[in-house]
Amino acid sequence: MQSQAMHFKARARAALVNAGLQRGLSKVDGFAAKRAIAIRELEDLEGLRTEAAAVRDRALADLDVWIEAFEREAIRRGATVLYAETGEDVSKLVIEICRRHGLTKAIKSKSMLSEEAQLNTALEGAGVQPVETDLGEYICQLADEPPSHIIAPVIHKTRADIAELFARKHHRPQLDEVEAMTREAREMLRTHFLSADLGISGGNFLIAETGSLALVTNEGNGRMVTTMPRVHVAITGIEKIVPTLEDLCTLMRLLPRSATGQSISNYFTLATGPRGEGDLDGPEHMVFILVDNGRTNLVGSDLQEMLRCIRCGACMNHCPVYQSVGGHAYGWVYPGPMGAVLTPAFLGVEKALDLPQASTFCGACSSVCPVKIPLPDLLRKLRERQVERGLRPWYEMLALRVWGWTAQHPRLYALAAAIGVRCLRTLRNSDGMIISIPFASGWTNTRFMPAPSSGRTFRALYAARAKR
Amino acid sequence: MRVGLFVTCLVDMMRPSIGTAALKLLEGAGYEVVVPATQTCCGQPGYNSGERKSARALAEKVLGEFEGCDYLVAPSGSCSGMIRTHYPDLFRGEPALAARIERLAAKTYELTDFLVNVAKLKQVPGTFNGSVTYHDSCSGLREMGVKTQPRELLAKVQGLTLKEMRDSETCCGFGGTFVVKMDEISARMVEDKCKNIDANGASAVVLGDLGCMLNIEGRLRKRGDSRTQVLHVAEILAGRDEV
Repeated sequence: MQSQAMHFKARARAALVNAGLQRGLSKVDGFAAKRAIAIRELEDLEGLRTEAAAVRDRALADLDVWIEAFEREAIRRGATVLYAETGEDVSKLVIEICRRHGLTKAIKSKSMLSEEAQLNTALEGAGVQPVETDLGEYICQLADEPPSHIIAPVIHKTRADIAELFARKHHRPQLDEVEAMTREAREMLRTHFLSADLGISGGNFLIAETGSLALVTNEGNGRMVTTMPRVHVAITGIEKIVPTLEDLCTLMRLLPRSATGQSISNYFTLATGPRGEGDLDGPEHMVFILVDNGRTNLVGSDLQEMLRCIRCGACMNHCPVYQSVGGHAYGWVYPGPMGAVLTPAFLGVEKALDLPQASTFCGACSSVCPVKIPLPDLLRKLRERQVERGLRPWYEMLALRVWGWTAQHPRLYALAAAIGVRCLRTLRNSDGMIISIPFASGWTNTRFMPAPSSGRTFRALYAARAKR
Repeated sequence: MRVGLFVTCLVDMMRPSIGTAALKLLEGAGYEVVVPATQTCCGQPGYNSGERKSARALAEKVLGEFEGCDYLVAPSGSCSGMIRTHYPDLFRGEPALAARIERLAAKTYELTDFLVNVAKLKQVPGTFNGSVTYHDSCSGLREMGVKTQPRELLAKVQGLTLKEMRDSETCCGFGGTFVVKMDEISARMVEDKCKNIDANGASAVVLGDLGCMLNIEGRLRKRGDSRTQVLHVAEILAGRDEV
């Protein structure tokens, strides 16, 4: 997906006045509410989060070792393991696989990495028809729009939008009920499931000790994609490895609960190798593509904790900024606090200047993160990088430095504060409010500024009291 | 026991009555309170903007001013959170200073947390006739664990009933420089907050941080609400007659 991350502010502005989107976003609250109920089933949530973070850290500390172990085990069970450095490399590899096996139609289950790689566009260019089979992703594909939430891709669309889209694209009478629309999508997808020769999936986890792929889905399409076509290609980031099945269990206790508030997802698939002798189903070939696309840059850096991420989406579900502007404003594959770190980390700090600024550091994200990623701290580190590389506007830096310098000189500071207080008080109305402040229209366009309640600072008042 | 009152730059300039109220509460609880005259800013604006240099210099300044006290108390979750949870980060690789900073961090408290958990305050002088709702400021709540403390204290205010609003833990959209950098998103967030305050209908919204206070009061007045008072928790606990 072509990054639009440099246009966050403009896209956010448009999102704030997009009535349909705003209606859709009001549903995000529902995820948060369901999570709040689901975590009550856990005896020791904090302990489990700590354990889950440790599981991820253990994998990341020796990532190369675990990748080798995974490769060894996957190959031993008949799968092929390929590596892609960039998104383009992913597309090249998939197209090569299509050529080698003569594949012409790919059914896909959800894969954010294929979004990173813009795989669908590449496949179409190579004469292979990609069909998204996750209902939300299918709708996105019909509408030619990127997903706006990693778990709920079409949260930005209303039921009416989708009804109209289906009628137009399916050439059928317009439906009204969600159930009927879902049934229609199933019918449409069924023929694709039966005729596709390639299945492309993402992967929630890769298990080193068994060379397996773990898939967490709700619609059953993931199971069709990984078992019905002749060839199954699983595309995942290299950081998705966990050492053992035991580790997987720890993470699985948190993933569905954090994501959708489910104790367990409707489907959980553990795919190990292609169809074996005597197996009733499964693909003839199973290929893993392990993708870097900027991830190794984070290993050993002060952003490494971000690689713990298990893509549950809890951070965005609880983020007041995401809830205000939705996913498309973030301009690339990953929205919300997750995306505000991942986008500049993967694409380059200079390619997403607004994203690390798109946070009040309220900390709601990190307080719900199942693997305890300190998202505000990571955003702050990205802000530090912006400052170090001179990427902030000069006036912002000047203001910060003048403030910092003045605050280090208490007498000068006291004088400046006294003058500031008097100036602000001359601007106040009879209710003590300042209606408009030059150079601070960002504040006063939408709110007043309460004026200083006294003509003197606390320290001046205190000094006077001490004298008395 | 000597308590150093870190007034915070915003209270100092915008609402000194909060400093007076904090002073009254701390002295009333039997502490000797000192107010270092040279105190200015904790350094959070620079720190959160990625400008560590001035943040570090100001942290060292605060250390010099307050390390002689038994406690540092601030009427702000945000500034006390900066000192307790973020100062140590500014002195990584400087073991001598880091140790002193760690000691300062450990004795730094948000006002209501201090009054409940250290001073174990039994009663408060304030009275209030009516219902209030409490807005949980983000840093206080998530960095300093301030949730039950202000509510416990408010329950001791004669005549006051606490009426929880919807989403009291959701950010008001201030976020320091966020309010100017992302003004439109911030405006939307504070509007959501004001809607919840409005729906709650309490006579006052009470909170523990000046940033939220200016943001919420400014928005409430702009949207035409001249009825709902916006009060710092210290003001209501100490009694409004002092203000």
